[in-house]
Amino acid sequence: MSQQAASRPRPLSPHLTIYKPPITMAMSIIHRITGGALYFGTLLVAWWLLAAATSQSQFVFLSEWSETIIGRLILVLYTWTLMHHMMGGIRHLVWDTVHGLEKNNSRKIAWATLVVSITLTALIWATVIWTKG
Amino acid sequence: MAHENSKMQTPLRRVRGLGTAHEGTGHFWVQRLTAVSNIPLVLFFVGLMIALDGRNFADTRAVIGNPIVALPLLLALLSILTHMRLGMQVIIEDYVHSALLKPVLVMLNTFYVVVIGAVSAFAILKLAFGG
Repeated sequence: MSQQAASRPRPLSPHLTIYKPPITMAMSIIHRITGGALYFGTLLVAWWLLAAATSQSQFVFLSEWSETIIGRLILVLYTWTLMHHMMGGIRHLVWDTVHGLEKNNSRKIAWATLVVSITLTALIWATVIWTKG
Repeated sequence: MAHENSKMQTPLRRVRGLGTAHEGTGHFWVQRLTAVSNIPLVLFFVGLMIALDGRNFADTRAVIGNPIVALPLLLALLSILTHMRLGMQVIIEDYVHSALLKPVLVMLNTFYVVVIGAVSAFAILKLAFGG
């Protein structure tokens, strides 16, 4: 009897390759990744501040770099990373008040962090283009 | 004592409730405190970046050196750096379990934040006090 049960193919738990990550899980991971990225992003801010205070050549280098396509792409990504981590953080603060933890609400709020962070990033860069253009 | 306490802990220890690291909920609380203060300060920083995009060296220096900008910028640094030091510490503690590497990385984390803070604060103050 036990022999039979042991030799029968066992049902596998959802396998990683066919497992669809829930949005809450994805946003949780992204919150940590964006936090880690912002941690190292402050290097760029410190570099820029030091350049403004002490070195015109460094400042011009950073300014010109920021105007290149790659520079702009990095800054847009930096903006989104910052906005997304902020939205994720606000979600955490809401959770701290024991709200928004119910399954369907938490999924909606997780999607909302993504939608709002992308919207804010677009608004910020629209403002940059509008004020310069 | 009336309550049942199976732990080997004196009532004084229990009421102080600071745990093995002697800081209680300090880490959690400061993470939340700076999360809240980061919101207006980061929005200020983003606004400043929008305003400074494309400005030349002299203009940028004048703007950063203005007290209305320099002060919130210093506050933003304090709030953000405190927040990210705590955040990175949690990441290190979650993933690094080596008895040697973990304390080394936790120390490097603090050094990194202090150096970024010192460099940035020096730059802002230099500009604020007249370049």
